[in-house]
Amino acid sequence: MYSKTVQVWVGIFVMAGMASLLMLSMKVSNISAFTETDGYEVTANFANIGGLKVRSPVSMAGVVIGRVAKIGFDRESYEAVVTIKIQNQYDNIPEDASVSIFTAGLLGEQYIDMEAGGAEEFLRQGSELQLTQSAIVLEQIIGQFIVSQADE
Amino acid sequence: MIGFLQRLGATTIGVNERLGRGSLFLWHVLGGFPGLLPRFQLVIQQMYSVGVLSLLIIAVAGLFVGMVLALQGYNTLVDFGATESLGVMVALSLVRELGPVVAGLLFAGRAGSALTAEIGLMKATEQLSAMEMMAVDPLHRIVAPRFLAGILSMPLLAAIFSAVAIIGGHLVGVELLGVDEGAFWSQMQAKVDLYDDIANGVIKSIVFGFVITWIAVFEGYDAVPTSEGVSRATTNTVVHGSLAVLGLDFILTALMFD
Repeated sequence: MYSKTVQVWVGIFVMAGMASLLMLSMKVSNISAFTETDGYEVTANFANIGGLKVRSPVSMAGVVIGRVAKIGFDRESYEAVVTIKIQNQYDNIPEDASVSIFTAGLLGEQYIDMEAGGAEEFLRQGSELQLTQSAIVLEQIIGQFIVSQADE
Repeated sequence: MIGFLQRLGATTIGVNERLGRGSLFLWHVLGGFPGLLPRFQLVIQQMYSVGVLSLLIIAVAGLFVGMVLALQGYNTLVDFGATESLGVMVALSLVRELGPVVAGLLFAGRAGSALTAEIGLMKATEQLSAMEMMAVDPLHRIVAPRFLAGILSMPLLAAIFSAVAIIGGHLVGVELLGVDEGAFWSQMQAKVDLYDDIANGVIKSIVFGFVITWIAVFEGYDAVPTSEGVSRATTNTVVHGSLAVLGLDFILTALMFD
């Protein structure tokens, strides 16, 4: 039939194409964010979450230990309800841990920083974090700054 | 006035006729796809001339596009002290837009023109008529394998283009300009989404491959069977194919990334 070289070359071509697709999905994209689905969920209420988004990182001492799974709204208290999914390997976080929304750099993305407390009990599936600190909205700070300047 | 109206009408009818012929042609060719399965060798043979022979230009173009992107992006980002975002910028612009589009343009120029010229010459030298005389449907035997090979090759070529270009961007950004390697990759992985960005880029390249190959084989099959007609058909393939890629890219982008 057709020459063997042609078939070999087409084989190489298809392999190269598949390898490129694999590289794009494994090395370039966030596929790792999909694989780490095992974890437990805790909730926290914030007065203002600023620019926090679903799948924003949750870090403790700078290490990413989980991601934001869901963002909801509490109709009674008019607060944002953020569901955080923490990986199972981090199962010894004290129950009274505090969470704050920080910004990476001056204009970077927002993330949740978690700080351990001193309680004996650990966080479990469905726990609610009590100590929360809202996002810092840059406009409010600038506004406060201008007001304080005007007072002087 | 009458003359103008007549010309306008004739053009409209001509365009409509061509569109109709093209659609019927597509329908007929797609009907030939099941018959290709037992004779997949035909498709592999065509994938060699359509895909493998386009590899070199795709890879070289990809490498240089990636290197230039990194160089230009670095010059802009360094003013804001945001050179760590270089990886994201390079990867997103490649996976979403430049990969499918530039690979599509190159594909139209390299593979599309060759397909049109080949089929047009077959028609001019009455090989297609001879096949019909032997009760072999040229649409099934000649056009369908080329069409399928084009559709299969284009996404692979676009993926190779993007991958090589990202490596090129890495070469210039990290090795040459000294962007932090960890930040380059980790920011890229944080911001590029598997479904939103990569899968949509692949869908784009499949659509482009379909349209370019359709235009190429139809122009060849519909060519005026003279040397002049074949040359005009080849030009049409490159021009219409490239314009179709650019126009469709806008529509697809508007639909995908709203």
